[in-house]
Amino acid sequence: MKTKQLLNLEKIRNDFPILSTKVNGQPLVYLDNAATTQKPEIVMQSINEFYTKYNANVHRGIHKLSETATVHFELAHKKVSEFINADFEEVVFTHGTTESLNLLTYSLGSELKTGDEVVLTVMEHHSNLVPWQQMAKKIGFKLKFIGITSDGRIDMDQAKRMITENTKIVSVVHISNAIGTVNPVKELVDLAHKVGAVIVVDAAQSVPHMAIDVRELDCDFLVFSGHKMLGPTGIGVLYGKRKLLEKMQPFLYGGNMINEVKLEDSTWADLPWKFEAGTPNIAGTIGLGVAVGYLKNIGMKNIEAYEKELSKYAYEQLGKIKGVTIYGPKDERSCVLSFNVDGIHPHDMSTLLDRDGVAVRGGHHCAMPLMKELDVSGTVRASFYFYNTFEEVDKLVESVIKSRKVFGYD
Amino acid sequence: MISDFESMTTIEEDEIYKENILDHYKHPRNFGNLKNYTFKSKEFNPVCGDEIEMFIRFEDGKIIEAKFIGRGCAISQASVSMLTDYLEGKTLEQVKSLSKEDILDMLGIQIGIVRMNCALLPLKVLHSGVEEYER
Repeated sequence: MKTKQLLNLEKIRNDFPILSTKVNGQPLVYLDNAATTQKPEIVMQSINEFYTKYNANVHRGIHKLSETATVHFELAHKKVSEFINADFEEVVFTHGTTESLNLLTYSLGSELKTGDEVVLTVMEHHSNLVPWQQMAKKIGFKLKFIGITSDGRIDMDQAKRMITENTKIVSVVHISNAIGTVNPVKELVDLAHKVGAVIVVDAAQSVPHMAIDVRELDCDFLVFSGHKMLGPTGIGVLYGKRKLLEKMQPFLYGGNMINEVKLEDSTWADLPWKFEAGTPNIAGTIGLGVAVGYLKNIGMKNIEAYEKELSKYAYEQLGKIKGVTIYGPKDERSCVLSFNVDGIHPHDMSTLLDRDGVAVRGGHHCAMPLMKELDVSGTVRASFYFYNTFEEVDKLVESVIKSRKVFGYD
Repeated sequence: MISDFESMTTIEEDEIYKENILDHYKHPRNFGNLKNYTFKSKEFNPVCGDEIEMFIRFEDGKIIEAKFIGRGCAISQASVSMLTDYLEGKTLEQVKSLSKEDILDMLGIQIGIVRMNCALLPLKVLHSGVEEYER
């Protein structure tokens, strides 16, 4: 197949030690990448190197190790900023997408007034819903939810009606973690800006899979996690336009984020440190910097093109199986495939697939309101990354067919 | 540690979808609403979003009818189907003393850590119902 040549799969897979392990006596087919991706050797090495060769706290110690650690730490900051075409000062490191969204809910949401409106979609991950919901209760602003079409896309007609002059914040998921829909964020950015609202893009499932340029997208904030893009867990990103970040109140207070502290009052450090209180996740930041470098070497355009073909193949092959329903749109989708098999609960399906070494996720995918919209309690989710092969899709398909037989379906 | 993990999951796979488990899943006993219940109880499994609601009718200190509604995986459905079957004729004290081990014995399969919540959801529903009823 032509697209296979886009990437040197054999070489790539060799970079990921875990991909050659066996699970339940079968070669691992790892299709739970929307939950977390595997890590290439060089990312793990960089973390190990930090702890073995230059472990020290950053920004403080006037000694060689601290200086080396600070240089590596800030270099990683720089690499990640460049990866999304942002300025250094505009990229804040957090624990992950969830913390980034909590930070925004707190810093932006607490400035709102009764009568102000925040617009979300019914497709949001709980992390882009629950913080807003709880802040709304406290502050008294109103939450509105854009619905979805029958094929699982954002209802843009509704969006146009719902985003009004009362709207202060729009916060939407770029790619649904549950059903893989790629949402028209650029259009939503324009809708928000037309009424003077700011827009937050949950890019946890898009930054790992496609080239993202925050300047081109023109979103006000964009958040994502390191561990879904080859990096370690516990490190994530909050991008914000400089002018907005300057105006905002910090979320966490403490060391590192201050300029001057008196007993009664304090002033804040420059961006991005104003939002990075306490000792940062130094190893995680360095690891993410290396992960981003790895992705850049392969090329995000190549990754996107390869995954598109892989996902299309999986959609077609899986769709041929008797009793299979695939959720979400046929086009405008990423490499997240959410499906159900008649008469087999997603948990049972996941257990049966695991038997064949195929790791998927079964359940509500932290998107319970969306599951309700789809009228299911959960789905089976196979989510791919660029290191997955067409042969692995075949294994998934074979295993689904086999599972139907275990349950006695013809 | 790693070898423990491997042997545990292997046992589970081999035996989990036994014929009687699938039979209870496809033809659950005591499925449906009960109008004249003594108490009812509902619980969610936050991991998968499944829910089970149980209806219990007592007469003269003994359960004379136990029914349930809700949907779930083969493990939780077989568990609630078997449990409601077992409950008939039991006293409140007998119900209260039911343990995790009793449920696993009833199911007769090895359950790994990730599926344990599924197996035990019905017992959780029952016990929280009893607790509420006694209050």
